[in-house]
Amino acid sequence: MSDALVEIDDLKVHFPIKSGLLFDRTVGHVYAVDGVSLKVRRGETYGLVGESGCGKSTLGRGLLRLVEPTSGTITFDGTDVRSLKGEEMRLFRRRIQMVFQDPLASLDPRQSVESLLVEGLKAHGLHKDKAAMRTRLRSTLDSVGLPASALNRYPHEFSGGQRQRIGIARALVLGPELIVADEPVSALDVSIQAQVVNLLGDLQDSLGLTYLVIAHDLAVVRHISDTIGVMYLGSLVEEADGDQLYERPLHPYTRALLSAVPIPDPQVEDRRERILLVGDLPSPAAPPSGCRFRTRCPWSQSRCVEERPELRVFDDSGQRVACHFAEEILDGSLRMHEVRAEIVRPGQDTPPEIGAGLIPT
Amino acid sequence: MALLDVRDLSVVFQRKGATPFTAVDGVSFTVEPGQTVGLVGESGCGKSVTSLAIMGLLPRRGNTVTGEVRFDDTDLLTLRPQELRDRRGQDIGMIFQDPLSSLNPVIPLGLQVAEVLERHQGRSRQTALREAGVLLDAVGIPDPARRLKEFPHQLSGGMRQRALIAIALACKPRLLIADEPTTALDVTIQAQILTLLKDLVDQSGTALVMITHDLGVVAGLCDTVNVLYAGKVVERAGRHDLFADPRHPYTHGLLQSVPRLDADRGGRLHQIRGSVSDNIPWSEGCAFAPRCDRVVDDCIGETVPLEPAARGGALRCTNPVPQEVPA
Repeated sequence: MSDALVEIDDLKVHFPIKSGLLFDRTVGHVYAVDGVSLKVRRGETYGLVGESGCGKSTLGRGLLRLVEPTSGTITFDGTDVRSLKGEEMRLFRRRIQMVFQDPLASLDPRQSVESLLVEGLKAHGLHKDKAAMRTRLRSTLDSVGLPASALNRYPHEFSGGQRQRIGIARALVLGPELIVADEPVSALDVSIQAQVVNLLGDLQDSLGLTYLVIAHDLAVVRHISDTIGVMYLGSLVEEADGDQLYERPLHPYTRALLSAVPIPDPQVEDRRERILLVGDLPSPAAPPSGCRFRTRCPWSQSRCVEERPELRVFDDSGQRVACHFAEEILDGSLRMHEVRAEIVRPGQDTPPEIGAGLIPT
Repeated sequence: MALLDVRDLSVVFQRKGATPFTAVDGVSFTVEPGQTVGLVGESGCGKSVTSLAIMGLLPRRGNTVTGEVRFDDTDLLTLRPQELRDRRGQDIGMIFQDPLSSLNPVIPLGLQVAEVLERHQGRSRQTALREAGVLLDAVGIPDPARRLKEFPHQLSGGMRQRALIAIALACKPRLLIADEPTTALDVTIQAQILTLLKDLVDQSGTALVMITHDLGVVAGLCDTVNVLYAGKVVERAGRHDLFADPRHPYTHGLLQSVPRLDADRGGRLHQIRGSVSDNIPWSEGCAFAPRCDRVVDDCIGETVPLEPAARGGALRCTNPVPQEVPA
């Protein structure tokens, strides 16, 4: 058995665009996740970053089969997740739990904290022994730093940070091995963010959890992750360990992303060199040919239009990058050039007759 | 003379049968022509209410605004609604956080920009539309001629924010108030918008009041920073002083609790205990005292005054973080 807890191979999640009143016709696809392969090692934190619409959340949901992947394989601890059916899958989910972004929206306002926590236990038949269950609830609440008296209270009685703790407790109570945290701190105030980030770290140390953290805030992701994957328009463009990614970003998009994150230090800010990207993210329903990033890339060449770069291992450090010219950009032999903003038009790139919303297959 | 002089501004929300809530509690600050001033704080600290009060955009019922907002030596709070409308858009522009909800979804973009020019500068529709095209071009919207006829939903988030900036700057106001202008945007788009704002401010000499929760944004943009907590300014300093040598424990804690992209990884983040709701009223001492690491007996009892500090700054603290000794 390898040390990888999760292996995702060439995962694709495509959403059909439906049109028509009586008969649904598929008039195109939104390529939300388009061929992502990655490994999450046991006990590590894998951080997935990217901007809105890059498919990072869909990837996380696809992993739990909350949306059904179109193709590809997911292996969790030797089990092929995609081959599991009905009841098997339901019981399997105990091992992977999710923490959502907005704790107020993901917790039922009419359920007390106790009922929220017990619900998962009931679903997995762990509620029979009442005494053991109560100890379990108390110890879980204790581990996320909430008093036992919280059990009888309702989500609205808590502050944002405490609600996120309830969300984490709800995931923890089943004793999962992997926690998929989708934007766990982005809805919180700065001073509260630090508390939740520290809590996640402490829990990992004491319980040996593996995390897949999905977030748009590169600074937060870099702080908590051992490995970072950068996504752009449905594919993984670069993967490296946290320090390496900051020290030596290889993909042009990663460089731009790193240079765009504001740093709370005026002396650094005044001296920084920025790579300003022009334009917006192209529509994932009509991604550009070849390299997905070429429309905004200041280093793009004609080869980038024709051939889509594979994610390849760059050197011994294990850093992986999906760029034809990573070496040339790194040693400076390829110069930046002007990029003109292309207009991104939701109505134009997608086929003209878009009717109903997106329905996952 | 200062362009904008906010003196002792207070906003109290009062609902029937409920205890009054003081959202802004005696805030004073000044903005010199061409200067960029930041108002920073977490949710509920009163930063947005301050900006709405300055613009006279708070609902007329249910709140009491006291103090003075002197713009060009006229107190905006005493103006009649008609006089205030003449000023808004003409002398003072404003950019809001969410560009989609601040643009009218059923009016073409061109008309929304042109409207300002027609109202304030008496342009004809034709001329105004032509100028609107120039404005959209200036804020970096490609193909402005076609964009003029389009509706807000046809634009991306970054483009909408650019359009909003074009509207705010249409009459070349002397003061621009930006309330979280980049919070709804992705980081690469945020970098575009901040660069645009910086360039426009530099070129036109417009003064900018930047309201944000993001310390990184402030570090790159603002000349002077006011840190707000629970409706009061707790620290004011030039940006270099504030970030190099924060004196108030709240500012200090905030700066320490943000993970930095350029710092070493790992380890625990400094955390401020409790949450924003764990305050005591300012009248009973320092509102931050229950969460403060440096709390002493003097913090509780009476209101802590805002006192002048080194290099033109100000500080509201009885037991400030010791100044770092210059090496």
